[in-house]
Formats: sequence, structure tokens, C-alpha cells
Amino acid sequence: MPSPRYWREVPARYRLEAGRCVGCGAVVYPARRICPACRGQQFERLALSRRGTVVTSTVIHVAPTEFQMEAPYAMAVVETPEGARLMVQVADCEPNEVGPGMEVALEFRRIRKEGKSGILCYGHKAVPVR
Amino acid sequence: MAGIVGYGAFIPRHRIKAEEIARQWGKDAAAIRRGLLLEEKSVPGLDEDTITISVEAGRAALERAGIDPRLVGALYIGSESHPYAVKPSGTVVAEALGVGPEVHVADFEFACKAGTEAMFVALSVVESGRAEYAMGIGADTSQGAPNDALEYSASAGGAAYLFGKPHVLAEVVETYSYTTDTPDFWRREGEFYPRHTGRFTGEPAYFRHITAATKAILERTGLKPSDFRYAVFHMPNGKFPLSVGADLGFTKKQLETGWVVPTMGNTYSGSSPTGLAAILDVADPDDLILITSFGSGAGSDSFVLRATELLPERRGRAPTVRSMLEGPRRYLTYGQYANYREKILLNE
Ligand SMILES: [Zn+2]
Repeated sequence: MPSPRYWREVPARYRLEAGRCVGCGAVVYPARRICPACRGQQFERLALSRRGTVVTSTVIHVAPTEFQMEAPYAMAVVETPEGARLMVQVADCEPNEVGPGMEVALEFRRIRKEGKSGILCYGHKAVPVR
Repeated sequence: MAGIVGYGAFIPRHRIKAEEIARQWGKDAAAIRRGLLLEEKSVPGLDEDTITISVEAGRAALERAGIDPRLVGALYIGSESHPYAVKPSGTVVAEALGVGPEVHVADFEFACKAGTEAMFVALSVVESGRAEYAMGIGADTSQGAPNDALEYSASAGGAAYLFGKPHVLAEVVETYSYTTDTPDFWRREGEFYPRHTGRFTGEPAYFRHITAATKAILERTGLKPSDFRYAVFHMPNGKFPLSVGADLGFTKKQLETGWVVPTMGNTYSGSSPTGLAAILDVADPDDLILITSFGSGAGSDSFVLRATELLPERRGRAPTVRSMLEGPRRYLTYGQYANYREKILLNE
């Protein structure tokens, strides 16, 4: 990902800032211009709780080249208490343990490196709450 | 009086046992456990570094303080494993914590005492009235060369301290710093691993600086070792802190709470600050606490703290150090460890 695009996404990636539709209250992450529920165009900023529940998950065995040293790893759709859903890696556990209903915390992690000399990209991953 | 208004620690969940490292190199595990008093150490995941550890520790410190992050006027991070050579770790950490952009940020480096150095400057900024709140963090993903004695101890973790004047959890009674030019341990620019001078790292380096700083702060405050409930000294291995503590007149009972090294390892800049966090996790109001760090090169920072009435009710807002050391862990083989520490290299 080119650095300027990563930079624009910093509030969402670093602080989990989402948008709440002023019209219908729907919470969308990342924030959008138009509400998918009511087509409203007015949003207020909202920082998501750093916890949630796994809605669905899968295990990646054949990973993209830059993540091959991490495979196998679990990816999950996590729903936060605000109702926002995000796709995140589930770290610090055996990938097969991850499944719907699992309680997770969202922790700050390095997501990728832009090659050997590029920038480091940060964001959130889920870890099981035990 | 200025003091600590919030603190937090973070320790990665991966571990490797001393036996597993000894097995790899054909060394006698029992001798290492006996000689260095090390059982296991924390290992950073492929997605963890000084920045991610600092963010998690900093978030816990803000939770315990319960303040608006935008009131934090300075943020300093001490580490010898800043992920960028040029671009401060503090820029990412400040943005993630929601501190700033009206904030003074700097990265510090002073081998294993960069963390207390950051705390020292953060405290000074608050005392001078330049900022209402200032945060000092010590965090590292320490490097030790394969098959070197350091490989049994070099680990990952850190702690964050938020300083302010109102609602302190621990008052800072006194500080003291002691620095000389002592070449006991160093890493030149562009080198992978630090070098050290073996036994020379003991007497003229670790023991001399910790002893000098501790004796001086006791003299300044008119306190004696028995006045303290807890003390923590930098923990390069299990043995040194117990030994310097005993030489100075502290008992095992005063030292064991902050002595987190047998199961955490040496988190370099995060070492004594994490030990202090383990003490704050259990200290009672009015307990006196001593912390003396050590950084090769070499120097020591000493702080005398007094816990307040507010500490017990605030500490429950974030996880304790012991809960991270004794909580869910994943044990690695040496092969997995080599991968996690990026010692296995592939073509680009
Ligand atoms: Zn809507």
C-alpha cells in the first residue's frame, strides 16, 4: 500500500475511529460518506471499544508472500459492542481454536512492512480473551 | 508534589524456556538456571515491536489515570530497539494513544536505562510546569546473538508511566542520576547484535553504578534500606539484582515482588520499569519504593516513590504484570523462536 493511502487511514487503523450515522445510528467501520442502512450523509466520529466477538473465521494456510512466515493463521470478522464489524487477524493462539462466539480483545500490532526499506504499517489484531 | 498518575505494562504472550535454548547449543540447562536464575523469557511475535508494546502499555497507563489523552503534553520512549533508524517511535505511539498533535515527542536511547531516562525527563517536564501531564515509556524487543549468554535473557516487554500533579498514585520523593564512560556493552551503527565484555559488565559497570546511585539517593533522602517496603534494580539476569540488593542491605522480601526476570527475561529498557509496575500492582498506601535502573555505557537512574491512597482503587483498571507473566502463554521451539526473531532469512 502506498504510504499516503496508509496515512489517510491512520485514525481508523490506530484508534479504531468509526462513523455513526446521525440519521439512523448505524455504526460503520471504516467511516463512509453514505450510510449503507439509510443513505444518510451525516456522520459523527466514534472510537470503537477495543473488544468484540468473532462472527465468523477461517484459517489461512496459503498466505500471500509477505505473510508466509506467519501461516497458518486465523482471520476473523469481529463485531464490536457498537455493532461495527471488522476483518482482522487473530493472533497469539492456535488458529484452529478460533470460531464464532469467541470473545476477543483488539490489540495494536504491526500489520506489515513495506518491503525491506519501506514504512512499517500498524493497526489492530484480535487476541482471544481467556 | 508531582508523581505517577497512571502506569501500565505489556508483555508479549510467546515464551521460550532456558532448557530449549540450552538444548539447541548443547549447553547444560541446569547450570544456566542455577547460574543466571532464569527459567523462561518472553518473545515478541512477528507483529510486535517497541511501538506496539509502547501503545499497549501507554493505553493501560491512560486507563489508570482516567484523563483525556489530549492533555498529555510530552511523550518520551526509551528503547534500544526502535523499529526505525530515522522516524521516532513516539510519532506512531502518540497518534495511536490519541495524544497530540500538541505534544513534545522524542525517542531516547541509553542501553537498558533508556526507560527510566524517559521517565526522568517526563517527570521534569511536569515539575517545571511545561505540561500538565507527560508520559515516559521503556520498551524493548531485545536482541542477543545466537549462542551468546544474552540469548537466555534478551526478551520483550515494557512499561509506561504517566506523570502529573493532581491525583497521583505514587509521589516521586527524590531522583538521582549517575553516569560515567564505561565500555561494558555497546552496538555500533549497522551491527545486528550488541557486544559485551563478559565479566567486565559486572563489578565496574552494573554493580558500581547501581551502588553509587542507590547510596546517593538514600543519603539525599535520609532514608535507610529498612524504611522501604519494596526495591527493584535493573535485571540483566536473575542473580545480579539479588546480589546488588543484598550488598546494599535490602532483604529478599523487599526485592522479590519486582524481581520479574526469572519468567520474563531482561526487557532491557523495559526491565526495571516493568518490575516497578509489578510493585505498584500490590503496594499499599504510604509504602516507600526504590527503583534503580542501569544502562551500559554506563549510568543509573534512581527514584524514591511513595504510594498514595489512590493506588489500590486505580490499579484494577488494567491488567497486572503477574497476570501477563502467569496468564495465557505459548511456548516456542528454538526453530519457531528463530523465525519469530527473524533469524531465518528468505530471498526478497
Ligand atoms: Zn443511517
